[in-house]
Amino acid sequence: MSNPLPAEAVRKELPAKVTRLAWILFVLGVVFSGAGYLLDAKRSALNNIVGFMFLASLASGSVFLVALEYLAGAVWSVPMRRVSEFLAGLMPFVPLLAIPLLFHLRDVFQWTHAGTVASDNVLASKSSYLNVGFFIARFIGVFLVLNLFCFLFTRNSKKQDVTRDPRLTTINVRLAAVFMPVFAFALTIVAVDWAMSLEAHWYSTIFGVYYFAGTVLAGLAAATYIIVRFHESGFLPGLRRDHFYSLGALLFAFINFWAYIAFSQFLLIWYANLPEETFWFLNRWRDGWEYVSILLIIVHFVVPYFALLTQDSKMDPKRLKLMSLWILFAHLLDIYWLVMPSYGGGVPLSWMEIGFPILLVGLVMIVLSFKLKRNNLVPIGDPKLDRGLSFRL
Amino acid sequence: MNEGPLHSITALFDTPDEIIRAAEEVSRAGYTRYDVNTPYPVRGMDKAMRLRQSRLGIFTLIFGLLGTITAVGFMTWVTLVDYRLVIGGKPFWTWPAFVPIAFEVTVLLASVLTAVTMIVLYFKFPNISHPLHDTPYMKQVSSDKFGISIQANDPKFDEAAVRQLLRSLGGKEIAPIYFDAEGLSHGQRLFDPKFLGALVLTAIVVSGATYFSFNKLLFMQPFSWMSEQNKLKAQMPSDFFKDGIGMRPPVEGTVDRGFLPYPFKGKPEEAGRNLVNPLLPTPAVLARGKAKFLTFCSPCHGNFARGDSRLQGQFPNPPTLHSDKVRNWPDGNIYSVITDGQNVMPSYASQISREDRWAIILYIRALQRAQNAKESDFK
Repeated sequence: MSNPLPAEAVRKELPAKVTRLAWILFVLGVVFSGAGYLLDAKRSALNNIVGFMFLASLASGSVFLVALEYLAGAVWSVPMRRVSEFLAGLMPFVPLLAIPLLFHLRDVFQWTHAGTVASDNVLASKSSYLNVGFFIARFIGVFLVLNLFCFLFTRNSKKQDVTRDPRLTTINVRLAAVFMPVFAFALTIVAVDWAMSLEAHWYSTIFGVYYFAGTVLAGLAAATYIIVRFHESGFLPGLRRDHFYSLGALLFAFINFWAYIAFSQFLLIWYANLPEETFWFLNRWRDGWEYVSILLIIVHFVVPYFALLTQDSKMDPKRLKLMSLWILFAHLLDIYWLVMPSYGGGVPLSWMEIGFPILLVGLVMIVLSFKLKRNNLVPIGDPKLDRGLSFRL
Repeated sequence: MNEGPLHSITALFDTPDEIIRAAEEVSRAGYTRYDVNTPYPVRGMDKAMRLRQSRLGIFTLIFGLLGTITAVGFMTWVTLVDYRLVIGGKPFWTWPAFVPIAFEVTVLLASVLTAVTMIVLYFKFPNISHPLHDTPYMKQVSSDKFGISIQANDPKFDEAAVRQLLRSLGGKEIAPIYFDAEGLSHGQRLFDPKFLGALVLTAIVVSGATYFSFNKLLFMQPFSWMSEQNKLKAQMPSDFFKDGIGMRPPVEGTVDRGFLPYPFKGKPEEAGRNLVNPLLPTPAVLARGKAKFLTFCSPCHGNFARGDSRLQGQFPNPPTLHSDKVRNWPDGNIYSVITDGQNVMPSYASQISREDRWAIILYIRALQRAQNAKESDFK
């Protein structure tokens, strides 16, 4: 097989400066969030959930994109697939991030209090699902499965760099077909367990899809940002406007998908007007949360919609870089809006909310630099690589 | 085949890169009236052909906004002006309910009208075809080849030079395309049997599909599950009850909400002696009485209670209510007639509420006084 890429484009390392910054951010994040836990355990546990849900969506969104490429037989994304594979390498850290939470379940989840559940018919009827034992079992099961798939996809892809065996692609395609339904269940469980059960009386059958929309956006936006940065510093030569256009179009599509799902959830609850459903939105429409709600619509939909509407803006790497960071922030805001209202009494916003985000930024950069050191940046053994590099819309 | 004058010279290419290069070269050579046909949109073609940005997008935007305004405007008019209806206790004008409809109408008008505009602009409606249609060239560029056609009306057109240029670019199957004799006269294409046949076929398919879905499909399982529910409807038999009748009479001794006993059934004189009109002839009560009188009484007794409705001569004549007998009746007597009926007149007890009966009586009194006004009434 001809290899159109020069060897130095395949193996790269992040500059030491970046790695140092990553460690500084990570340590700062640990210090901030640790201090937060000492001061206000409930608030910090909720912040921890925000960070956990964000990292979970980033990692599982990346695995999803890798699986989707195999399943759909996509060609254009092959030269950039490694970036998503690296981000999928965050998956083992997701359950680690939840470990402090497991000691604070009682601070955030009403349904862990035996007395409350006994005196509350709704919670009692849900207790066969919402109980600590089953919750932890689901948590372990979901992340075992996700990590297993994550490991298998990356291992096969890495092996192909050496063996150049096209059968490994076939194996990954079959794996992806199995993965998709498993992924749907796993992601729904994560969303229901960690976000929806914070206000355990509430239920929305579309909630898993809502989280999925944000998940794909997070995986896609993070990959886009890193791809554009790598392209700018010469890490990923050979990408064309056609590749960027495809990334931009996918981002645009999922921004619309998110808005569609978010509005569907709102419209049905608003129309039916049942007290056991509407209170969730009413909690997000008082004590200052109404401003956050409006901000979420603007940040998560209106701005990126118009910023990525035209054909040229989807091809412009600078615009894509800005918008992918913007969308990552929007997704963080989205999860903050899902989780934090259960703290009660206004919008909590201070240095305590910063700890987990900067911890995550540091973590992502550290993982990325490790992965870059040990792996090829381009899947040189993939049989579709040539076609991917000469991809034309 | 009736061959008319030359329309264009065409050439085929195998890859998108080749066609982009060909378009660049053709436009560099100074040709302006040429077109490129590809099986799918090739990105970068507009730059290669040095095209200005298409104005079609502006049309789409206008049509889309038109759709939004139409939908929101229509729903606003319906919910605020034409048919105010309380739905789910919500305000009349509720934007969340409008969003899906406004969205659909926006997409519908934008897409359909854009397609219509394309037909009008590019085919020069009422002509609905193009010389390139139905040619071997078009068959190939709509499957896996990339084609270019340089038109004969280009100012620089010279057949030999064009063929030479296309050959030098690596074009294959360089061929001329001619106008059909009928393609020249625009109007006739509209009555092309093929086109009309397609229209008729579409109509048959659409109406057939609609008939099938609404009259057959919805009565098949599982689509019938919404209507065929395991419950008793009016007039249905049931094995559950001993007598096999699904409809159950109310429990003995049940009375309606707001029930009042009426002991004067069939005794109008007694009613006249004992009942007193509980209402006062205020303008509101008279207006109510007038409305009910015009609905229920006037069809027989006439708009002014003269017994002169259009039923005269077709039935036993409805009596006037200005007779001395009725004028001298106490209110209770009239009430009894409305409630129980009299001669041919049926009972109106189930149609007119008690209050409305009394209001009607007050209105009849007003009519009677108007027909038999005294001198003092004019002062």
